Amino acid sequence: MAKPEPPAASTRSGGNLRVVGRALPKIDAVSKVTGRTRFADDLFLPRMLHSRMLRSTSPHAEIRAVDTSRAESMPGVAAVLTGKDLPIPYGILPVSQDEHALCFDKVRFIGDPVAAVAAVDEETAEEACRAIDVEYAELDPVASIGDALDAEDPEIHLYGDGHNVHKAVALEFGDVEAGLAKADLVLEDTFFYEGNTHLPMEQHAALAEWRPDGKLTLWTSTQTPHYVHRALARVLEVPASRIRVIATPNGGGFGGKSDPFNHEIVVAELSRRTGRPVKICLTREEVFYCHRGRHPVLMWMKTGFRKDGSITGMHFRSYLDGGAYGSYGVASTYYTGALQTVTYPVPAYRFEGLRAFTNKPPCGPKRGHGTPQPRFALEVHVDKAAERLGLDPAQMRLDHLVPPDSVTANYMKVGSMGLGACIEKVVAASGWHDKHGKLPEGRGVGLACGSYISGAGLPIYWNAMPHSGVQLKLDRGGGVTVFCGSTDIGQGSDSILAYVVAEILGVDPFEIDVVTADTSLTPVDLGSYSSRVTLMSGNAALQAAERARELLVQALAEAWQIPGSRIALAEGRAMDVEDPDRSMSFAEAVVVAEAKFGTIGTVGSYTPPASPGRYKGAGVGPSPAYSYAAAVAEVTVDPATGETRVDEVWIAHDIGRAINPVVAIGQVEGSVYMGLGEALMEEMTYRGNRNVVHRHPSLLEYKSPTTHEMCRIHTFLVEDPDPNGPFGAKEVGQGPLLPIPPAIVNAIHDAVGVRVDEVPVTPQKVLTALKRKAKGEEPREGPAGVPQFAWPEAVRVPPPWAGGDGRASDDPRHVGAGGVRGSVPGSVPGSVPA
Amino acid sequence: MGLTGTKHGCELGECGTCTVLVDGRPVLSCLAVPAALEGREITTVEGLESALGLHPLQTAFVELGAAQCGYCTPGFLLASSALLEETPDPTREEIVDALGGNLCRCTGYLKIYEAVELAAARMRGEDVQPAEETLYGEA
Repeated sequence: MAKPEPPAASTRSGGNLRVVGRALPKIDAVSKVTGRTRFADDLFLPRMLHSRMLRSTSPHAEIRAVDTSRAESMPGVAAVLTGKDLPIPYGILPVSQDEHALCFDKVRFIGDPVAAVAAVDEETAEEACRAIDVEYAELDPVASIGDALDAEDPEIHLYGDGHNVHKAVALEFGDVEAGLAKADLVLEDTFFYEGNTHLPMEQHAALAEWRPDGKLTLWTSTQTPHYVHRALARVLEVPASRIRVIATPNGGGFGGKSDPFNHEIVVAELSRRTGRPVKICLTREEVFYCHRGRHPVLMWMKTGFRKDGSITGMHFRSYLDGGAYGSYGVASTYYTGALQTVTYPVPAYRFEGLRAFTNKPPCGPKRGHGTPQPRFALEVHVDKAAERLGLDPAQMRLDHLVPPDSVTANYMKVGSMGLGACIEKVVAASGWHDKHGKLPEGRGVGLACGSYISGAGLPIYWNAMPHSGVQLKLDRGGGVTVFCGSTDIGQGSDSILAYVVAEILGVDPFEIDVVTADTSLTPVDLGSYSSRVTLMSGNAALQAAERARELLVQALAEAWQIPGSRIALAEGRAMDVEDPDRSMSFAEAVVVAEAKFGTIGTVGSYTPPASPGRYKGAGVGPSPAYSYAAAVAEVTVDPATGETRVDEVWIAHDIGRAINPVVAIGQVEGSVYMGLGEALMEEMTYRGNRNVVHRHPSLLEYKSPTTHEMCRIHTFLVEDPDPNGPFGAKEVGQGPLLPIPPAIVNAIHDAVGVRVDEVPVTPQKVLTALKRKAKGEEPREGPAGVPQFAWPEAVRVPPPWAGGDGRASDDPRHVGAGGVRGSVPGSVPGSVPA
Repeated sequence: MGLTGTKHGCELGECGTCTVLVDGRPVLSCLAVPAALEGREITTVEGLESALGLHPLQTAFVELGAAQCGYCTPGFLLASSALLEETPDPTREEIVDALGGNLCRCTGYLKIYEAVELAAARMRGEDVQPAEETLYGEA
């Protein structure tokens, strides 16, 4: 099959780069359009058995007895497992090892797995599951944060920061009360962001083969093979060296395949017991129970503004409904408070957050992990402030931007910062100044911004090793193979590796073999989460490729008796730039190098720079680079039905540099789409039995945008290379989602003059607000307040401009408390030069 | 038969990932009754390629990044090819309608529309390349 001809390089691609910056096809695109990509459920092994799991029908109960005898005696059934067969708990975070592959003593939500069967086919396994009798002793279900905090209700877990409180945090950076006292306007708001789910088109699936040599291979649809590897070793009590995890291409992830999952452990154990390969593919309903999606978050925010729109202090509280297990929840909680400071300077900041356990499917990381909710709150809050202060919301933001190369109150180190350019792009392109406040009733525009990490600064489990590793092999036939633990979930990470290596070695990226996401063959990359892969595996690939290039150059310099600086690698050849007649093919150059050095292989690795924050909780939020985005949404609201239609979105994203612009635009458009769904329709809601039965665990009823709801999008890539990114690249997979829900909600206000302080903005909520407006009441729909909670004593951390050194003031190592270092000349309140 | 292109998405006829063509018309295979298909011509994504190579729709999807994870892609390609058989020069609205039964969680559909338009133009014999702003963003 002919490979697609790459289009001519754009005049907009940078400098002397030949691959980076060009809109090339992805290296796996032909496999995808021909249906030949092998997803986990496409795999088949001889003598393979099929597995199904029995799931709890009770939201909260003790397991009195499980009788598997009828199932075990059924023809075609090879093995049956219950909780006692896999007694070791696990979880993605070391501090929340609270899951069992099959419920051990208790079930905690409807859908929690209780038993599993391996049988000759799925139908037999399903029938055997139905023949398993479980005796439950029902407990009262905990349905909401309010329930969870009620001491009368039973506890879901016996660990955490209080009765059904998984995590409670309080941090204060500077004197917020003093900041609020200096304000011309103090604004107080409550917001709610409903939970929603990833809904990847591919259901989770896994295939395990326990071989006669006692080694296990697991193929699985996961974003994080390294963490699955660790969980399997722990629960199965087998050395990690005997386990190989291969992540199959993910048919969409969005964060939903980032935890180690019960079904992955179950098929491995079933394979060990039966001596046969065992596969499972979840049903769509089961995917809703796996969840780990967007946390429902209730938020309260109080901010002081000066007349010019600058912020004097901010106090923010978040209340996360975590569902039944820990998952990434501790990180999610911190993330709701971490990035409020990286867009507009906040000179004093207090954050309090709690995550409650409830008897619902566990929440976790979804695209933007913990940050779309507070970003929605902040951007709507700022829009209200601009209105009250009589300022243009775009200009107010432009006037108060965190400067590049600075450190915020909570010690986030900002490098490149292109938000101003993003705002200017979307303001000009959308015709903002001719539209805002000027469109006919029922039509409006709204603007919002956002920022996201390009990879988390710290790993999930503490260690000092690299976050990403690459091995590169050059063979004497001219072949180049890249080995990396990174996982392509459709975002194109395999292609990014090929482009980076091709750029450095001067070869065709479509000639490179990329081997990824295999714990036996590839060096560790922590996984496809936190928008880390382009920056981290890209940097590791860059280092490995530069080292390989150096070997080739040294060998050729010796062979040709010229300085290495005269040797160029390009277009699949090596040449002397001062005598172009002296050249050879890349393959011949590898032969010269292999003759001199032996087998040619190099490695590269990447570890993020240390963050200036040293307080407890400082591990969440730091990143090698922050992306920025600004969006304008134009909407039409029908006042008769309350229905909102998004007509057009203009979005500019500060990506540092686009390694491949068409792939980057795909990420922007996909983020806008997902943000639009969250803003207008997507919700994980519950009914019945004290509100813990999933309302719609099917694609028939869970509403997501179809082609008919999708709007026109104008995408602008703002390129200002960041020194920490490979070729200057920052993230693009998650950040562009963040401004969309608040831009839409701000546009609804511009259209019909009502504030809907919660998403999704259903027609009913708009109608309620319009009715209140007609009656002369506050034209608003949203949460009335927040629950009472006794927050822990805040960890006080003096900001950099108050002499802080990144440590808490009660930390004995803290120096400089009391303003010893004073403020830095030329600094803006809310950030200091790094 | 070992054909991996036709996917399992929702079991309910809601997502379109299992789309196949039956006598040239898109059908959700998860809802199809095998007995009703006897003697009829079924085309899966594997049938879009010919000895000449990729179908123009496949080429356009490759060029524009219209396949991200690729799971829904076979369904979109088949629904699009059925559209172009009947409507060689579809408007954007006709494309939106024709693909309204297929869900994609990655792309936001826009690159898919643009790929269908590009392929349609080429199938009409026009010598066209992707627009600069499609590949590189607006200036």
